[in-house]
This record gives sequence, C-alpha cells and structure tokens, in this order.
Amino acid sequence: MLPLVLANAEFVPPSVSDAHLPDLLPWGAHYGTGFGKQMLLVLLSVVLITAFFAWAMRRPQLVPGRAQWLAESGYAFVRNGIGRDVMGEKNFMRWVPLLFAIFFFVLVNNLFGAIPLIQLPSFSHAGSAYAIALIVYAIWIGVGLKHHGPKYLKLAVVPSGVPGWILPLLVPLEIISNFIVRPLTHSLRLMAVMLAGHMIVMLAGAGAAFLITQTGNPLLAGTGVLVILASVALYLLEILLMYLQAFVFTLLTALYIQGAIDANDH
Amino acid sequence: MISNGLILAAAEGANPLIPNPWEILVTTVGFAVLMFIVVKFIVPALEKSYTDRVEAIEGGLAKAEKAQAEANAMMADYESQLADARQEANRIREEARTEGAQIVAEARERAASESARITEQAQAQIAADRAQAAAQLKGEVGTLATTLASRIVGESLEDDARSQRVVDRFLADLDRHQSAGVSE
Repeated sequence: MLPLVLANAEFVPPSVSDAHLPDLLPWGAHYGTGFGKQMLLVLLSVVLITAFFAWAMRRPQLVPGRAQWLAESGYAFVRNGIGRDVMGEKNFMRWVPLLFAIFFFVLVNNLFGAIPLIQLPSFSHAGSAYAIALIVYAIWIGVGLKHHGPKYLKLAVVPSGVPGWILPLLVPLEIISNFIVRPLTHSLRLMAVMLAGHMIVMLAGAGAAFLITQTGNPLLAGTGVLVILASVALYLLEILLMYLQAFVFTLLTALYIQGAIDANDH
Repeated sequence: MISNGLILAAAEGANPLIPNPWEILVTTVGFAVLMFIVVKFIVPALEKSYTDRVEAIEGGLAKAEKAQAEANAMMADYESQLADARQEANRIREEARTEGAQIVAEARERAASESARITEQAQAQIAADRAQAAAQLKGEVGTLATTLASRIVGESLEDDARSQRVVDRFLADLDRHQSAGVSE
C-alpha cells in the first residue's frame, strides 16, 4: 500500500488515505465503501470486551483470581474513579453501565492501534468518533430535558447571576460552546489523537523503510535504524495516549451528563 | 521538500473529517450491543461480586465479634463458677473441721460421763456388797457365837430364854462397837 514501492528515490509520505484499507467485503460499496477492517475491529471489540468480562467473572470468588481482579479493578476505576467522583454518590450508579461501556469500548478500540498486525485504532476514523460522541450528545441533552423539561434549553445557555446587558453577548457564545463546539471537540479530540498517532507510526515506518532500502547511502540507512528506535518510544507514548483518550472521553461524558442534571445550579 | 510532499499527500488523500456512513452505523450498532450486554450481564455480575464481598467481610467481622463476645461471656462464666466452687470447697472444709471438733468434744464428754457412771455404779455395787456381807456376817456371827457359847457352858443354854437375851446383848455390843469403829 505504501507508495515507496515506486522506488523513484523520491520519498512520498503516507497519507490519510493509507489509513483506510480496501474493503474486506464489497457489499454496500456503491453507497460509499464496503465492509472494512475498521468495522470488523469495532465489532471485534464488542466481542472481546464481552468475552473478557464473561470469562473473568464466570465463577466469582470472594478472593479474586488474577482475571477477576483485573476485571473488578477496571470496573472499580470507572465506577468510583470516574462515575462516583464526578457525578456524586446520589445518582452515579444509574450511569455506571454507560460510562463502563464507553470507557472499555473506546479503550479496546484505541488499543487496537498498538497491537502489531492489527495496528488500527478504530477511532482514527471520523465515522466511529462521530457516532459515539453523537450518542453521548443525545443522552446528555435527553437527560437535561427529562430533569428540567423544555426550560433546560434556557438553563443550558443563560448563565445565572450575570448582568442583563451582557446576555446578548453571552447567550450566543453559550449556544455555540455547549451545543456545537462541545460534541465536535468531544469527537474530534479522540479522532485526531488516534489518527495522529496512527499517522506517526505509518510515517516512522515508511520513513525508516525508505531511508534503509531506497537511499543506498549507509549513513542515511543508519538514521533509518535510529528512526525505528525512536518509534519504539513513540509507540509507548501512543499506548499512554490511547488509555488517556479513553479516560478523557469517559470523564467528559460523565461531566456532560452531570452538567445536564445540575443545569439549574450553574 | 518533505513538508511540501506531506501537504500534497494530505491534499490528495481523503479528508479525515468526512465520516464513512457505514462506520457510523457499525459503531452505533456495536455500541448498542455492547451497552445491552453491559447493562444486562457485566455490570450486575460485577456489582454482585462487589456486594457479596462487602457482605462477606462485614458478616465475617460481625461473626468474629459475636464469637469473641461469646468466648468472653463463657470465660467469665467459667471464672465465676470456679470461684463458686473454690468458695464451696472452703466452706465444706470449714464445716468438716468444726464438725470434727464437735464430734471429738462430744465423744470426750460421752466418755467422761460414761466413766463417771461406771465409777458410781461400781461404788454403789461395792456398798451393796458390803451391806449384804455385813448382814450375812451379822446372822452368822450370832449362830457361831451361840454354838461356841453352848459348847463352852454345856447344854444349859440350848433353847433357853436367857441364852437368847445374852446373844442379843452381845450383838448389840458388837453393833455399837462396830459403828463406833466406823465413825472413828
């Protein structure tokens, strides 16, 4: 797939298109694309999460084994570390399943980018990031409407305790910030970080391959080896970012929902 | 050079912001399925494990506390029983001692009175014996004296009123003499 095979000694860096592999199955191709690797990975993540937790909790012990301990620690991290700390004792339990599903869905799909041969973080594709952010967007607006009725739309954009003359300036800003920028940043932050990480891996790989095989210069080939070594550090950084993005995405989900519940206190 | 190429490549490539509708669909469906499984199975299983553990630990603590309290109560019970038993033993020993002393005193008293009684009886016996002996002797002395006197004076005194008077007088003298000897 990499353009290096043209071997005209001119380095052509990989492009975003290279992050989109050809379809695995051609069905639906005339509506855009067929069934691709990314979609397979998204579905695989569902299977993996289900399988892991079902296996870890198949016979729960009072003193947990390694798998059960891992499963329970992951759950406790989302339940207490994100859910309870952000949303408070009163109403966090209701949202734990959603936060749990989002955290592990995003985490596993991100980690696909760090697994050799799979090496594709699903959320580097905008469609998936938009979809999950849209679900969260619909949920927190729904929660706001359910808790406060139609008045919620006013509560969300008109800050209380602000002098009246500044409202014409503030309200449009609040509308843009809460209802337009918020879901965009929520999805694009995840997508951009994953795509950037993916591109860096591709760029490092392509660059190293080009330097080593195409230049014919031993010194440049040596720098290619350095690129490979540096890419190991980048790989570790990527893993951290994958985890961090899953955490941030889930944390923001909790904050948005909590904000919608407490809309009249801000 | 490379940055030029990068820009060119990015321009040529797909816009990363344009979503693939199929990916939106697959992600939404996949997430919905995951959500269903999480709500239905995973979270309940994890919550149950958590509450079970909390219950087991709290129940264990409560049970241990109860056992400790029971052991303490039992210990106190045993100690009081032991003290009671010791006191009882002391009491019994004391009682036995006083009873023993009493028995010894009684026995001593009984022995003393018995010995006194025996002595008294013996003295009475002796007195009776002596009285009897004296009476018997008195009769025999009369007969002997009469026999002896008739032998001395011949047959004249045999059944004579005079001889009777002599004997009586002699006996009275004897009596007087004897009683004077006793009073002496």
